[in-house]
Amino acid sequence: MTASVPASATLQIGCGAGFSGDRTDAALPVVRTMIAAGGPAVLMFETLAERTLALAQLARRADPARGYEPLLDALLAPVLGLCLAHGIPIVGNFGAANPRAAAARVRALAAELGLAPPRVAVVEGDDLSHEAGRALLRQAIGAGFPEARFVCANAYLGARGIADALADGAQVVVCGRVADPALAVGPAMAHFGWSWQDWDRLARATIAGHLLECGAQVTGGYFADPGMKDVPDVHAVGYPIVRLDADGNIEVGKAAGTGGCVDLRTVKEQLLYEVHDPAAYLTPDVVADIGAATVEQLGPDRVAVRNVRGHERPAQLKANLFCEGGWIAEGEISYAGPNAAARARLAADIVRRRMGVLGHDAPVRFDLIGVCSVFADDAGELVRQPQPGEAQAQDVRLRAALAHEDKAVAEALLREVNALYTCGPAGGGGVRTALRARLNAMSCLVPRGAVTASHTLLP
Amino acid sequence: MNTAHTSATADIALYQLAHGRTGDKGDRSNISVIAYDPRDFDHLAAHVTEDAVAALFSHRRPAAVRRYLVPSLQAMNFVIDGVLDGGVNDALNLDTHGKALSFLLLQLRLPLPPRLAGAG
Repeated sequence: MTASVPASATLQIGCGAGFSGDRTDAALPVVRTMIAAGGPAVLMFETLAERTLALAQLARRADPARGYEPLLDALLAPVLGLCLAHGIPIVGNFGAANPRAAAARVRALAAELGLAPPRVAVVEGDDLSHEAGRALLRQAIGAGFPEARFVCANAYLGARGIADALADGAQVVVCGRVADPALAVGPAMAHFGWSWQDWDRLARATIAGHLLECGAQVTGGYFADPGMKDVPDVHAVGYPIVRLDADGNIEVGKAAGTGGCVDLRTVKEQLLYEVHDPAAYLTPDVVADIGAATVEQLGPDRVAVRNVRGHERPAQLKANLFCEGGWIAEGEISYAGPNAAARARLAADIVRRRMGVLGHDAPVRFDLIGVCSVFADDAGELVRQPQPGEAQAQDVRLRAALAHEDKAVAEALLREVNALYTCGPAGGGGVRTALRARLNAMSCLVPRGAVTASHTLLP
Repeated sequence: MNTAHTSATADIALYQLAHGRTGDKGDRSNISVIAYDPRDFDHLAAHVTEDAVAALFSHRRPAAVRRYLVPSLQAMNFVIDGVLDGGVNDALNLDTHGKALSFLLLQLRLPLPPRLAGAG
């Protein structure tokens, strides 16, 4: 297969966002490109990282009308009218911890834009924070269940609720926690009507979703390395559109008139992104196998992905839970010019000793930003060693970080970093400090049958 | 980590031959290594081993390093356990995801691949 199959026999799946906080002007060129190409199309938004959902759960507790994607209006307003007018369903996990509130907001937004009321569906059942959910998690985790510190938990749902909602005529499907690729698998299942035991086709739709779910990461975003991997007009990177045919063959492209690129390298990087065993990419709907996958450049910014296989779906679903994790404190100060690294190291030593004097024995992580930081370990093994070029470093920023149950200990670290202004080495400047509550994450597997997923088309 | 990969036979950085991307799930990092030139893949498979990667990451005390070869993509995928200090929600690292770690792996040094060694 080197030529494209006819547009009418395929489904275009465009991606308008790949994380919470993604660009809000990315979806419009995707939608315009799909309309110009013609044929069935769907637009997905993936806006729900692990931590994003936990924060949304907390937001909902503070205000029952919130807890969904904060950028929902900004993401949807530019494309909602166009999508409704052209029969392009929108599927997103922007419901986060509160799909019903997000759905209500979608309808209100449509009214504000002067649009006819859209048919909006919610997919629910992922939230395991309630008592029955906690009982399930207790069973799964056993003695390690963080009873007193438990905040929230969500299971990863598959694509079924999305597919059923679309089959019921939903124009916008609002999800909370579904597996990211489900945002593409659901529309593919609704469109092609494949069997839910058609593992190969489920796997191909899953890999299509996997390639789409991070937005620009398959079109030249998060890829450029000047001189090695140059990307044209990366500042204007276009978001991806996958064309799926009835056999699940994948063709990756991107919005017309945008920057970025789709080539063998960008597709390979995203194929393996967050994958462990390439022959067993676990999702709620299928175990996808890219162990023998091949890629072919069909034309400019057009890459085919073939030989994706599928295996029977796992018996269990993954669930993430979050618990209160105390406080994280971070403080920074800069040293520049001659002997900068030595002064930064002395500053670290002063802070460490002062914390000891104050009776705080919690380990503090130190980074010498500009010399040794993100490659290093929390235990400090790497940064303790003299670093290459350290003596010549002209601009070094010391960072101190600590996590502790007790807010007072976290605050003590920040005061000690601040005290470096007058008590520390010469020439330190630019202190910045931050203190935030920490959420610890755990994951576990729960029996599929114990999680009740449902979809509801709102009246 | 800065001496392990400067032996007499090591004369090219993996960075010159391959590109990659890091992903994370919990305390587990996965790093792809993808040959720019398909002809180099066998050479990379011979030299970019689990042991070599474990040595490069020794200061982060990996619990396990597992390599998956995907010859059809001229790629390999390293799955490195226990190197993220607990992962994105727990680590004190500025880069809690370990996003930068692909560029640590690409610093690995290895012998010139046959197509380049022949020219010398």
